[in-house]
Amino acid sequence: MAGKSAAAGHHDHPTGLKRFLFSTNHKDIGSMYLIFAMIGGIVGVLLSIGMRLELQEPGMQYFSDPHVFNVFTTAHGLIMVFFMIMPSLFGGFGNWIVPLMIGAPDMAFPRLNNISFWLLPPALLLLVISLFVPGPPGGFGVGAGWTVYAPLSTSGSPGPAMDFAILALHLAGASSILSAINFITTIFNMRAPGMTIHKMPLFVWSILITAFLLLLALPVLAGAITMLLTDRNFGTTFFDVAGGGDPLLFQHLFWFFGHPEVYIIILPGFGLISHVIATFSHKPVFGYLGMAYAMVAIGVVGFVVWAHHMYTAGISLNTQAYFVAATMVIAVPTGVKIFSWIATMWGGSIEFKTPMIWAFGFIFLFTVGGVTGVVLSNAGVDRGLHDTYYVVAHFHYVLSLGATFALFAGWYYWFPKITGYMYSEFIGKLHFWFTFVGVNVAFFPQHFLGLAGMPRRYADYPDAFAGWNYVSSVGSYISGFAVLIFLYGIYHAFSRKEKAADNPWGEGATTLEWTLSSPPPFHQFERLPRIK
Amino acid sequence: MANGFSGARICAAFAASASFFSTAPAWAQLGQPRDWQLGFQEGVTPIARQMIVFHDFLLVLITVITLFVLALLVYVALRFNKKANPKPSKTTHHTLLEVAWTVVPILILMVIAVPSFRLLFAQYDFPEADVTVKAIGNQWYWTYEYPDNGDLTFDAVMLEDDELKPGQPRLLATDNDVVVPVNKNVHVLITASDVLHNWTVPAFGVKVDAVPGRIIRTWFRAEKTGIFYGQCSELCGQRHAFMPIAVRVVTEAEYAIWLEKAKKEFASAPSGKDELASKNASQLAELTR
Repeated sequence: MAGKSAAAGHHDHPTGLKRFLFSTNHKDIGSMYLIFAMIGGIVGVLLSIGMRLELQEPGMQYFSDPHVFNVFTTAHGLIMVFFMIMPSLFGGFGNWIVPLMIGAPDMAFPRLNNISFWLLPPALLLLVISLFVPGPPGGFGVGAGWTVYAPLSTSGSPGPAMDFAILALHLAGASSILSAINFITTIFNMRAPGMTIHKMPLFVWSILITAFLLLLALPVLAGAITMLLTDRNFGTTFFDVAGGGDPLLFQHLFWFFGHPEVYIIILPGFGLISHVIATFSHKPVFGYLGMAYAMVAIGVVGFVVWAHHMYTAGISLNTQAYFVAATMVIAVPTGVKIFSWIATMWGGSIEFKTPMIWAFGFIFLFTVGGVTGVVLSNAGVDRGLHDTYYVVAHFHYVLSLGATFALFAGWYYWFPKITGYMYSEFIGKLHFWFTFVGVNVAFFPQHFLGLAGMPRRYADYPDAFAGWNYVSSVGSYISGFAVLIFLYGIYHAFSRKEKAADNPWGEGATTLEWTLSSPPPFHQFERLPRIK
Repeated sequence: MANGFSGARICAAFAASASFFSTAPAWAQLGQPRDWQLGFQEGVTPIARQMIVFHDFLLVLITVITLFVLALLVYVALRFNKKANPKPSKTTHHTLLEVAWTVVPILILMVIAVPSFRLLFAQYDFPEADVTVKAIGNQWYWTYEYPDNGDLTFDAVMLEDDELKPGQPRLLATDNDVVVPVNKNVHVLITASDVLHNWTVPAFGVKVDAVPGRIIRTWFRAEKTGIFYGQCSELCGQRHAFMPIAVRVVTEAEYAIWLEKAKKEFASAPSGKDELASKNASQLAELTR
């Protein structure tokens, strides 16, 4: 194997500014993505705790202006989607692990990789600036929700804050499109000799499918928000009825991007959970091809279900009927994945290391979020639940709990490989239990609130909703505390400096990254590994 | 923290005393949420009841599925952990099993689809209208028109805390309720004047976006009298949480009386719309200067 010879990567090892600002190294860029995502995640969590503080009791306590609360919900959504989950699962782990897993020395386009990352900090900066410039009359920042529906985002927010947010999304979108191109090229062309497409690790499959979704979905978002921009500034009327436009056009365009986006968020998690479960069960993945093509099916069907976000928007009965049927289809490949993961563990010899515990949590919480998704797919019932906290609970169970649990599973799984240090099992497990209890206490009661009729994006609510809101807020503080445990865990691992073995997980870990040193050399696989 | 608990308790006590003093205690739980409520509000239209029955069926189904997955997870954790099963098997395929977990979910979905489509088509099966009401969403109040009754039109603005009468729920009560007769088919035509809003009444099973430039129609047939509350359910800006919907369902005789009174009352009443619009315009002017 190439592990030892690769240590000879001494000829190009820049340091300092040159190493990071001008970086073309997939591992350094991956690390920067991960650090960036951590910053985004901390800001996003603080925003959510701000909202839960306000919602802890009925009445307005912390926010004198309910618009500021709307700004918090908007920023929380945008930051968590574009500056936390995507940069960590796709950008961070994708960059770090995909070349290692396919036996490639680096990404196909290292300079493109550099600009993909460095577009993100300015994007975040633009979003932060938007908070401090005028938005709607008398208010600052964007309070139109992460969905930025017209006309609230056009005539409803005349100030420049929305323009800053649109440009932030443009930059983040360009970043993702460029990295999608890079991943597709890398995965198609740079696999080690002998690694056919049907021998590719499932995480690589998931990144490949995610990259295609990004490539197809993001240009539609870019088009939609460009139309917003011209409606706002150059007198076009794409979404303005007065000029023959239609606000529903924006919703169609947004969700044609927005629905694949939720699979963009969760698919890399699907991929890495398979590795974690196989590794710690000491058993190969059950039904490998079924797993891979289930992800392909989810990606394809994900493009034809967008209007299930619009059942109450005034689309025709037959359109709704079609989207009900199409949406329910997604439950089938998702079920295949859940059952295949359990079958992978069946007959295995399971070691309950921290990543495996997160994976267990992931399967259960994703199932809960998945089945409420089946409820919401029915337009008839969605009539009662649309835009209530039931929806908030549903998408936090699949994203905040599903994708984030996958993220932490991946984090503890690859932490020894990426840093070269072992994390503390105790702190990792403590982190898990605080998060697991916290998020369930925070989000499970939101199902009840939604069924009782509490609309989402509300800064204040009728007194009858006080009880469950209080519980939900307590849960959010517990999960906020869990973030501190997570950060302490990193500090602890770096100060303890316990060297990690090349393969700390034993024979269950079969992918190529475990054949390299921990951390891997600056340039790896100078002699390509051969896959039999 | 302790503060919050006592706050919740005070709220509960207040709600209880409010319903005690209310002139119509039978209505107290109808048409609005209760403390610690777990499920849907009681449905008072055939559609809402059908929706609740279908949801309850789904709830049983998804609970069984979730518990099944949980049971499998607990079983593998106990039976196939390193201690209990030190030698892992190498099985990676089982065709029958893989076919089964593809086909069984499809069958379950087909079982769901039948009542789902029945409900969906029932919601769009418009009966002949007895009364038509037009609801127009504005930032941040509703305007109602009764097109069958000439130019009868009025605004419904949320009551602030100091305007509430005993028994009126905070953030739900409005100054002018929409009044409709019981056991009649009411068509609601919904649109908006500025940004998106959403006209919702949970107890009726009704929720429709108010879209500028479009009129979207829905219907309900309320079978109980009372006041039924809902809240704007599409983000519409600063006071999104403060533009509730209050529908008062009355007997036919009461409706006729109200109609006569309303025609006189709202014929000359100044609309709150102008006042708010001028306020917005001045803020806008200040901003763009």
